[in-house]
Amino acid sequence: MSAYLEIRNLSAVVRGTGERLLRGVSIALEAGHVTGLVGESGAGKSMIGKAVLGILPTAVEVVEGEILLDGQDLLRMPPDRRRRLIGATAALIPQDPLTALNPSHRVGPQITDRLVDILGWSRADAEARAQALLDEVHIAEPARVMKSYPHELSGGMRQRILIAAAFAAEPRLIVADEPTTALDVTVQKQILRLIAEMQARHGTAMLFVTHDLGVVSKICQDLAVLYAGKVVEQAAMRDFFRAPAHPYSRALLAATPQYTDPTGSLRPVERDVLDTVEAEIAADDREWRNGQAGP
Amino acid sequence: MARPDRKGTPLYEVDNLHLSLPDMTAKPLIGAAPRIEILRGLSFTVPRGAVMGIVGGSGSGKSTLGRALLRLLEPTGGNIRFDGHDITHLPETRLRGLRHRVQMIFQDPMSSLNPRRRVGGIIAGPLRRHGFDRVEARVAEALDHVGLPRDFARRFPHELSGGQRQRVGIARAIALSPDFILADEIVSGLDVSSQAQVLNLLERLVGELGVTLAFISHDLSVIRRLCSHVIVMHRGEIVENAPTAQLFEAPQAAYTRALLDAIPLPDPDQPGW
Repeated sequence: MSAYLEIRNLSAVVRGTGERLLRGVSIALEAGHVTGLVGESGAGKSMIGKAVLGILPTAVEVVEGEILLDGQDLLRMPPDRRRRLIGATAALIPQDPLTALNPSHRVGPQITDRLVDILGWSRADAEARAQALLDEVHIAEPARVMKSYPHELSGGMRQRILIAAAFAAEPRLIVADEPTTALDVTVQKQILRLIAEMQARHGTAMLFVTHDLGVVSKICQDLAVLYAGKVVEQAAMRDFFRAPAHPYSRALLAATPQYTDPTGSLRPVERDVLDTVEAEIAADDREWRNGQAGP
Repeated sequence: MARPDRKGTPLYEVDNLHLSLPDMTAKPLIGAAPRIEILRGLSFTVPRGAVMGIVGGSGSGKSTLGRALLRLLEPTGGNIRFDGHDITHLPETRLRGLRHRVQMIFQDPMSSLNPRRRVGGIIAGPLRRHGFDRVEARVAEALDHVGLPRDFARRFPHELSGGQRQRVGIARAIALSPDFILADEIVSGLDVSSQAQVLNLLERLVGELGVTLAFISHDLSVIRRLCSHVIVMHRGEIVENAPTAQLFEAPQAAYTRALLDAIPLPDPDQPGW
């Protein structure tokens, strides 16, 4: 089966310094599947999502690789065409629902504007669609909520609205960037279920960025573990939790506290495990620099 | 600093604690803001040497409770006894003599460490303010305790990693040899690997220094790792107060069970999901 989104050997550096942020990342995502991107802060997991959506910070430069969306390379496309393609086929569920919503605008237009301005829907169609979606994300009284301002709603409600907004234009790809990290656990559970339910119903492919191995085990079919911008392990989710292959993956699992473990033993990621990964990365960098220096 | 003779006797006794604050979002242009009841009649004791976990959702009042214990906020009802003294309404001048005995570690070490001061100065600040002797030596000992090299005293916070910064926050608190430390969500900003190190460190320090710790967290997995007792808060009330093993093995309150069930474990076959 060919992948809907295929990232091939993607490398990104800091403009000017040349410091590597992504180290030859290759990830394939099939249509309708969810792939988790897991790692600690600075591992580059959000960076991958941003590269796909074409919203990398200007200080970051992609120097190598391909991002194929339905067979078309996003990186070798005129920016204008790329923006329109991504606008029509992909969407983002961001981490912090409060900063992602404009506090001085009512919620309704923040969902419908994109449909009207970018996709050319009529205002009436867009509003009907927004109401239907708010209903789908289990918001009671969608008409009233659309007239509310973000501060009048709870964190869980705001995240539901952003989920509705992400699905509004029937995207084929969604990047969910830590969408439940800012929420209480009880709300997180509802929102995770909602995302899974919406994803399955709409058959959307999803890149799910998270630092939480617990969350990843609830929503993904596949996952990639990242360290310092390098994919250290890629596996089917169930295989991963049955037998994580890379020492760093095992260490990460061992460092994750679990309330079901009465001893509560926690092993920080050991120095020799980090040394192993760092050595792999150094070798990778040497090879890369040689390749760069060559013809 | 161990005080084994008094271990288990109450350090804090809290009785029917109420605290309300003005709701500035609902304040009319002229006149007083309506008050919101944040803590609604809490009663509990913190035994000396305990590691008391305080858990609850956002807005449950757990941080407000912590700040009331340190008397950074003044209760509006009930009373708080610290080491036998009623501190409920003590004025700031009288609190000053107690301040060095109760310390706090903050959630975000970046914003709670002065970026323009070196680590040594940050740790020495409260020592000097409270008139301690041997300041340099105490700073060095504090760094030893948290496992940072002594020459870190010359570094600035931005030169440290997140986990190292949090160790500085811990060193600043323990340098005063306090009886009580309040740790408010101190590992929630850390990656799991540094989180594990900081938790292991705290556990060791509690044993070595005989300090009593209140550990506020939204994460029950972390609480189980560290705490001897747990208070579960919901909407300003204590819904459950139990020894840790009992709370996890036989949770009594429906809210506690809901909290436990909602925690995603790294297990694709977790029941209830």
